[in-house]
Order: sequence, then C-alpha cells, then structure tokens
Amino acid sequence: MKKTLIVLAALLAFSADPARAQISDGVIKIGVLNDQSGLYADLAGLGSVVAARMAVEDFGAAAKGMKVEILAADHQNKADVGSAIARQWYDVDKVDLIVDVPNSGVALAVSQITRDKAKALIVSSAAASDLTGKACSPNTIHWTYDTWALANGTGNAIVKTGGDSWFFITADYAFGHALERDTEAVVLKNGGKVLGKVRHPLSTQDFSSFLLQAQASKAKIIGLANAGGDTTNAIKQGAEFGIVKGGQNFAGLLVFITDVHALGLEKAQGLLFTETFYWDMNDKTRAFAKRFAERDRGIHPTMIHAGVYAGVLHYLKAVEALKSDDGTKVIAKMKEMPTDDPLFGKGTIRADGRKIHPAYLIEVKKPSESKYPWDYYKIRATIPADQAFRPIDQGDCPLVKK
Amino acid sequence: MSTVFGVPTQALFGQLLIGLINGSFYAMLSLGLSVIFGLLNIINFAHGAQYMMGAFAAYFLLQWSGLGYWWALLVAPIVVGLFGIVLERTMLKRLYHLDHLYGLLLTFGFALVIQGMFRHQFGSSGLPYAIPAELAGGQNLGFMFLPNYRAWVIVASLGFCLGTWYVIERTKLGSYLRAATENPALVQAFGVNVPRMVTLTYGFGVALAGVAGVLAAPIYQVNPLMGADLLIVVFAVVVIGGMGSIMGSIVTGFALGVVEGLTKFFYPEASNTVIFVIMAVVLLVRPTGLFGREK
Repeated sequence: MKKTLIVLAALLAFSADPARAQISDGVIKIGVLNDQSGLYADLAGLGSVVAARMAVEDFGAAAKGMKVEILAADHQNKADVGSAIARQWYDVDKVDLIVDVPNSGVALAVSQITRDKAKALIVSSAAASDLTGKACSPNTIHWTYDTWALANGTGNAIVKTGGDSWFFITADYAFGHALERDTEAVVLKNGGKVLGKVRHPLSTQDFSSFLLQAQASKAKIIGLANAGGDTTNAIKQGAEFGIVKGGQNFAGLLVFITDVHALGLEKAQGLLFTETFYWDMNDKTRAFAKRFAERDRGIHPTMIHAGVYAGVLHYLKAVEALKSDDGTKVIAKMKEMPTDDPLFGKGTIRADGRKIHPAYLIEVKKPSESKYPWDYYKIRATIPADQAFRPIDQGDCPLVKK
Repeated sequence: MSTVFGVPTQALFGQLLIGLINGSFYAMLSLGLSVIFGLLNIINFAHGAQYMMGAFAAYFLLQWSGLGYWWALLVAPIVVGLFGIVLERTMLKRLYHLDHLYGLLLTFGFALVIQGMFRHQFGSSGLPYAIPAELAGGQNLGFMFLPNYRAWVIVASLGFCLGTWYVIERTKLGSYLRAATENPALVQAFGVNVPRMVTLTYGFGVALAGVAGVLAAPIYQVNPLMGADLLIVVFAVVVIGGMGSIMGSIVTGFALGVVEGLTKFFYPEASNTVIFVIMAVVLLVRPTGLFGREK
C-alpha cells in the first residue's frame, strides 16, 4: 500500500512538472499578512485568508497542476512584528508572495523587505498613496484603493456640495497622515479651507476630547482620517455629543461595510465615502459575496477582501503565463497583462504599481431603505478608472520615467 | 474671552469635564483591582476581560430577553460576579500560598482565552448598544454640550466608588475583611468563615468590573477588545495610587482621567503615554505609590 502511494505521489509530481519548471521548491507559497486580532481584524483579518483561498480555487490551480499553499499570520499592527514575519516567510518558509498587509506603517516596511529579497507584494488593505509614490517599488502592487483616491472621491463631492470648511480627526501614523494630507489638498484646491486638525493614537477608545475640539472649530465637515474601530467609535460618540444635530457633518474618509454593519444604519445613515467595490453591484459580485459569507461567519466581503481575491487571481495568471514565480519578473508580468476578474472587471496596472479601476461614491442608506441583510449602500456616482487615481506623473515615483 | 495658556477657558472646562468622565472608568476599574489585590493578594489580569463581559452581558440581555439598560445594570454585574466566584473557587484559591506571579499568569491566561473566544464569535468591530431613552440627549452648559448619559456615568461611578470605600473602611464587615488579610488564621479562630469571605470579595471586585462594562456599553462599541485596551492604563493607575489602597485608586483614577483629558487637548499625540510617564516618575519618587503604605 505504502509503495503504491509513493508511486502515485511520484506520478502526480512528474505529471505536473512541465508547468512548474521554474517554480521554486515546486510550490507557490502565498502569505496573507494582516491584523487578525485588533481593530482591523474584521475588515481584513481572516476574511482575507478566505478570499485568497477562494482565488486559488477559482483559478483552478490544482487542475492546472500548480501547487499553491496559503499561509497566514497576525502582525498585530506593529511594523517590527510584521517585518520579522515577512523576513521569516521569505528566508525560511520560501514564501513567494505576501498579500493584504493593512496598516500603512507595516506595509511600507514590508514593501522595502520585499524589494530587498526580490519577492512579490500585493497590498490590498494599506492605504497610504506613498506606496505608489515616493516609496514605490518594482516588487509591489497596490491593488484596491489609496488615500489619494479616497480624498479625491469623497473630498471633491463634499466640497462641491457646500462642505467647504473642514476639521480633521486623524490617526497618528503613516496612513492617517497620508489621508489627511491628500484630503487637505483636495479641499484647498476646490476653494475650501481647513480650520484645524487633531491627531489621536491608533486604537483610541474615547473621542470626546477630539469631538469637543471639532465642535468648537465650527467647521462644517469633520473629516475622519482614520479607519476601523477608530472611525466607528468617533461616529458613535459624535452622535452622543450632538455633532450632526448641531449642523456639522462627518466625512468618514475610509469606511468599510463592516464598520457600517457595526454602527448600525441608524447611526451610519447618510455617511458619504469612497469605495472601489460593493458586494451588491452585479450578479458576479453577489455570487462572490454569497460564497464568501458562508465561509466567513456571515460577514460580507469588504473591498479589501475583494482586492485580495482579485490580486491573487491575477498573480496566479501571471505565474502561469511566465512559468516562474520569480518575484520581480512576476510583478513585471502582472503590469504587462491587462487584469480581468469578476469583482473589479477589466483593468490595468501602471508602471508605478498602481492598479487602475473605477471608484464609487457611496452613501449609506436610511434604515427604511434597507431591504435585506447587508443592504447598506447607495452608489451616488461612479468615478471612471482614468480619474479615480492620482495621475502617474504626480506621484514622484522613481520608477516612472519623466 | 479669557484664556489660560492661550486656550479659551471655556474649552478648558470642557476638557476637564471630559477628563472626569473617563476618570470615572479608571476609578471604577482600579477600585475593583485594589479591592482584590488588597484583600486577596491576587493581581487580577482578567479584570479587563470581566469588564468586557459586563458590556456583553448587557448586550445579550437586550438581544435575547429584551431586558433593557436598567435591568442590565443590575443583572450583568451579578452574572459576571458569579463567573468570578466560580473562577476563584475552582482555580484561584489553589494559588494563594504561591507567589503573586502565579495568580497574575492564571488570570492573564484567562483574559486571553475569554477575549479570543469573544473575538472569534463576534468579530473585532464591536456591536451596537443604544443609550437608554431616559438618558438620551444632553445639556448645553454654555462651555460645552454635555450628553446626559455622560453626566450619569460620573454620578453612578462616584456612587459605586464611595459606597465601596465606605463598606470596606467604615463598617464591621469591612473590618472583618481587613482583619482577614492581616491574619486569616486568627480571624478564622473567632468563627468567621474566611474562605467564603475571600470568595465573595473576589466576586464583588469582579462585579465592579461588570458594572463598569455596562456603563461603558452605550458609549463605546461593545467590543471584545475593549477591556484589553483599557486594562494596562488601569494597572498604571493602580500603581500610581498605591497597590491595594482603596481611596488611593479612586482619587488617582479621577485625577489621571483629567490629566489625560488635558493632554488630549494640549498634545494629543502623547495622550496614550502620559499616564505611563507619570507612573515612571511616581515610582522613582514614591515607590509605594501616592497613597500606598510600606508593608
């Protein structure tokens, strides 16, 4: 029996051989690195692992004779922990691709390591537009969205409808700073003004101090340049302090569907923000969401989960075309091939690593407008792909020839 | 408009009041820790998880049996306290003769397990819990808009804190408790059931965490991580106030809330470190804490 098994295994191994002539150790290893226990665990977390697995299945890796393995780890939102895991994965575990990586602080560190080791990184969660700007890398692709796209979508829409004075409540790290900077630029460009800003530590419980300062500023719009639990806490406590009743409005600059779910429509209704994916857009996204929710405790996919799925799918296509998993070469191939997946549709990847697709200006429904579970969004406007992201010549990316 | 340090006094008053509100939570939690440490010599690292359980108990009561906030305020602490009693009876009591460190490790492990289970089940974004209708809305005080619920938190927590202090420091029951910490064998010889008293004390300390959890539920999201975020700060408060000092932890809790509130105004980036800076300074100058006594 044992002998038969060995023979079978050998047969299987050899039959698949041509397809992976240059696949290191014969296995494509994909590491999902994100926050699995902190404030970003629902919007990325285990859902991203589920999304990566679904991409491997839908690609049909097994049928094509490609052996793909998925690893996952929790970086606890600490750049040192994230860097240590990334090094361990690349050096010891022979990981070929790292995906997701929320928290721009961690993502910037991992991007540098990936470049040093000539591996591949697809960022879905982290938002800082610097990833395809000053800190761009030939080994990194920024898939889902970035701070420039959020600022551009939400900032423009709000300033143009009269929200011309702003106060920022900003998470005090790379992401918050980038989001505040990019939004401020949009506000100023459209003739608005910024009356003040305050920076809070990541994962703050109580926002009342900051809300009082925002209230005292008399700004029409309170821009929340933070994410996840920080955003929901700020909005929830803002209702308590009568922010909206007092005539001021929140602009959630980065809001995910899991945040809306946590807040409840009663508190979240009317919020305006930008996303690049909503599960209830068409039959393909709905089918994906249904399969996803069954595997992730009923949670419907965020745009981050969608980005992980689409990114891994495109990566595998590039590996298949190239018959190699050499990091630098695969990323180059990914940029060369047009993208096509059920969630984002057709798109491209620019030389600076920026994935290009449309973005959507979202408004959260009133409780009375929501007809079924997770029916939360109205799409107010579509920002076409060529306008959704920062023009390539404005990012100061050294990879782009001027 | 008059100013202090270049800040309008009105804004300053607002921040002071906010500080007091946050201080209420520090005071209630550090009080529970002090009672437990003072009388049981257990460093209860499960306190944050028990606070979180209080908030979740309130959420479950509402979801499953339709019992609102006021019932939760009564029932949740009892449930959480009972959980504490079971923990004490089955595990903690085996550790009393060992070093503090063992109790710390056991309760810390418990906290991780409980938080992990809740997170697995309910995710990390938190669940919504509404402010009770009676306390919705707020008052415009001129210098700030004070939500009614926050005012209630200050009053309730002051009530619980002073009540606890009175029972322990001024009643006969409290004197038994204090005597039992000094010399359990002698107190037992007088016919007092010391082990039961110790169990009930732990249950009470844990119930205080449960109350704080219910008070917190309408302000923050009901979140599996809410206790973990708070616990480290609360321990710093206990150390600053002096381990085991009842009045010390109440006063320090409120005072540090105010200091933190002011930091959020003058230099918000440092608001989550200021308490630890104070802790370091206090430990250098007065290693027993501001209100602690040499043993």
